[in-house]
Amino acid sequence: MADLRNSFVGIKSPNPFWLASAPPTDKAYNVERAFKAGWGGVVWKTLGAEGPPVVNVNGPRYGAIWGGDRRLIGLNNIELITDRELQTNLREIKQIKRDWPDRAVVVSLMVPCEEDAWKSILPLVEETGADGIELNFGCPHGMSERGMGSAVGQVPEYVEMVVKWCKQYSRMPVITKLTPNITDVRRPARAAFNGGTDAVSLINTINSITAVNLDSFSPEPSIDGKGTHGGYCGPAVKPIAMSMVSEIARDKDTYLMPISGIGGITTWRDAAEFMALGAGNVQVCTAAMTYGFRIVEEMITGLSNWMDEKGFTSIDEVVGKAVPNVTDWQYLNLNYISKARINQDLCIECGRCHIACEDTSHQAITNTIDGKRGFEVIDEECVGCNLCVNVCPVEDCITMVPLDAGDIDKRTGKTVSPDYANWTSHPNNPAAREAAE
Amino acid sequence: MTQGIYKTGVAAQRLEADAYAENFSDLHPAFDWHEAQVEADRCYFCYDAPCQTACPTDIDIPMFIRQIAADNPIGAAKTIFDQNIFGGMCARVCPTETLCEEVCVREIAEGKPVQIGRLQRFATDTAMAEQKQFYQRGRATGRRVAVIGAGPAGLACAHRLAMHGHAVKVFEAKEQAGGLNEYGIAAYKTPNGFAQAEVDYITAIGGIDIEYGKALGRDLAVGDLVKDYDAVFIGAGLGAVNSLGLGAGDIAGVENAVDFISELRQADDLAGLPIGRRVVVIGGGMTAIDAAVQAKLLGAEDVTICYRRGKENMNASEFEQDLATSKGVAIRHWVKPVAVTSEDGAVTGVEFEYTRLEGGKLVGTSEYFVEPADQVFRAIGQRLDETVFGDAGVDLDGGRIRTDAEGRTSHPKVWAGGDCTNRGDDLTVTAVAEGRDAAESIHKALVG
Repeated sequence: MADLRNSFVGIKSPNPFWLASAPPTDKAYNVERAFKAGWGGVVWKTLGAEGPPVVNVNGPRYGAIWGGDRRLIGLNNIELITDRELQTNLREIKQIKRDWPDRAVVVSLMVPCEEDAWKSILPLVEETGADGIELNFGCPHGMSERGMGSAVGQVPEYVEMVVKWCKQYSRMPVITKLTPNITDVRRPARAAFNGGTDAVSLINTINSITAVNLDSFSPEPSIDGKGTHGGYCGPAVKPIAMSMVSEIARDKDTYLMPISGIGGITTWRDAAEFMALGAGNVQVCTAAMTYGFRIVEEMITGLSNWMDEKGFTSIDEVVGKAVPNVTDWQYLNLNYISKARINQDLCIECGRCHIACEDTSHQAITNTIDGKRGFEVIDEECVGCNLCVNVCPVEDCITMVPLDAGDIDKRTGKTVSPDYANWTSHPNNPAAREAAE
Repeated sequence: MTQGIYKTGVAAQRLEADAYAENFSDLHPAFDWHEAQVEADRCYFCYDAPCQTACPTDIDIPMFIRQIAADNPIGAAKTIFDQNIFGGMCARVCPTETLCEEVCVREIAEGKPVQIGRLQRFATDTAMAEQKQFYQRGRATGRRVAVIGAGPAGLACAHRLAMHGHAVKVFEAKEQAGGLNEYGIAAYKTPNGFAQAEVDYITAIGGIDIEYGKALGRDLAVGDLVKDYDAVFIGAGLGAVNSLGLGAGDIAGVENAVDFISELRQADDLAGLPIGRRVVVIGGGMTAIDAAVQAKLLGAEDVTICYRRGKENMNASEFEQDLATSKGVAIRHWVKPVAVTSEDGAVTGVEFEYTRLEGGKLVGTSEYFVEPADQVFRAIGQRLDETVFGDAGVDLDGGRIRTDAEGRTSHPKVWAGGDCTNRGDDLTVTAVAEGRDAAESIHKALVG
């Protein structure tokens, strides 16, 4: 059995699956249930400064998009940070940490961008015995309009400043949660690193409107006929999140900084992919909000079985395993040539590959074979784009098969070279030409 | 199945009063909105879709399913009606398992086709419930066309002619329009007066005048109609029933399955319909199944379909055969009737001889048995009564009207479609296609 025990910036948990700071971690009742179900840790729902708590809307807080059979694909929310008294939360955090010493309890914080505000809340959190803090620089709605959340995360200088305060006024490990609502996520990541953060976590939610009601012309979720952008999460955001994680994991300034991966993680496989891209652990929210806490069982057994199968004995062996394979486009091997191959035994003759290629791509798939309905790749036209694979409804029916060195690429008539060659040295690249001259 | 009430002979009220409504309720209940969404989502929107190719009316099935999936059932209905104005009935009675759904790629992939028929019904029911009319009568051309028969072929033809602005006079032998939709299909396939509602929906386009009680041969002659009208379309169906040739015509309890089905469809009170305790149905087509299943649903104790060849030779689809057996009907293959036994003028049973194929020919084996019965339904096919045409110059082929691909007969002013032609295959959907295409051909001839 693979060892799933996780140590993230020194915070220990029996497995790498934490619940992200969100409604599922707003109070002891939920967190108790989560720990009973097997979650390795929680990031407590964001606490604000002492004083009257924030107020939430009393209408719908969530919007969604669905796939077939109403499977939830994307969720957005306009809920704010915790709307419970600070002292209530602190008391419950302390009790939970005392009752569940082997689990990770991290506290998410969002207070005004003023030194005193941070200076005063940090000791209160430290007193609970919590394992660490997460700085919420991500929430894109409500709080950002008050100068917090993503309003901080979008300004690297602010990120660095607040991280410094937290490191200065607390012994606790600091995880800086980043917003994806920014052009280059490496900038705030570097700022957090420079400020001395112990780790970053990402992504927070993405600005979004999930739907417009075509009767009332109100965005959804609709509050008395009006809507506002909310934070988007769930399976739909996973590709965006993974790209951002990988950018930080391979950045020359931040590659040593631990990352807690967040964004649409629903199964063990999603978690393994994030970890391969450099996440030291993962945080989950939407999947739990969709299916309940029991899903962690599937995540634990799935990750464990996969690690056994691959011969990995600890999480550390998985983390970052794919990072060396993430590169810039210009370094991709242009001598690697693949062609689509359709397995005629598996083909059900829906013709989607043909029409996708015919209408929108390279006219490289026939619609007849020997005069009868049938679909076959025309190697002379196939550029190996993979669109047919992606639109085919049958698993493994169409595959991309690389040509061997020495084969003739029928499209170009050229022999496939065994050598690696990329854009930087390609004759069509003006920069390469200049360098050669 | 509900508990029966024991009665000998042919008797009414074999079931508790409330059992009839349950037994004759919708065979395939309508999809609700969510079910339709889920099912529509299964469609792959195939290129040059096999389902569409398999549809005799060439409905753009992937498009209408996509329209349902996009919450546009009205658009879906128009896609259907553009090709098949009887889309509502065809959704209910088409043997989809041998047409569109048989070739659905998901049938090939996983043995579970997209339920095209039920989706079609969802779309057409939605539009009809909203009384959404998609077509207008064309500007009057001054041409007049006579249509014989207000069944699927005749009304499909009439509707398309009205769209083109021709004045249409429909002559119908019976008291109601609809043809076999009204008189010839099992009640559980089209409950709640759907056939008449559909006729009203179709004729709402205007310009279609139906005269009832006018039968070809009796009240009308093709020779007269071609003089009075610019064109004539014959969609009269098959009026006559094949006989067993056993001289059992006078024996009480020996009846035509089509008459039984028709009587049942027209009955206001199903409990009042007498049905035998032991019923034998002779035949292997849809009519045999419809009669046998409905006999069972009326409370007959034993219902047996006897067919002279094997299961795979039956004209009834596999789905229909399974439906019959699931309702408790027994199906015997490789037996042919040789005599009807009777007592005091009432049937007591049918004597059968076993059959087998010998050098491709069906022969008796000289082994016999008697299947006891107090009611026997003949369902061995219908034929065209050739005498109704007189000497109008409409040529026949194999006992049916010879037509070309456009529905033209040998007479330059006469077109035909549906079961009465040599291209008919006893399917509503084929009749609709032929009526529609004949209308286009007539239009071309009249104004082209």
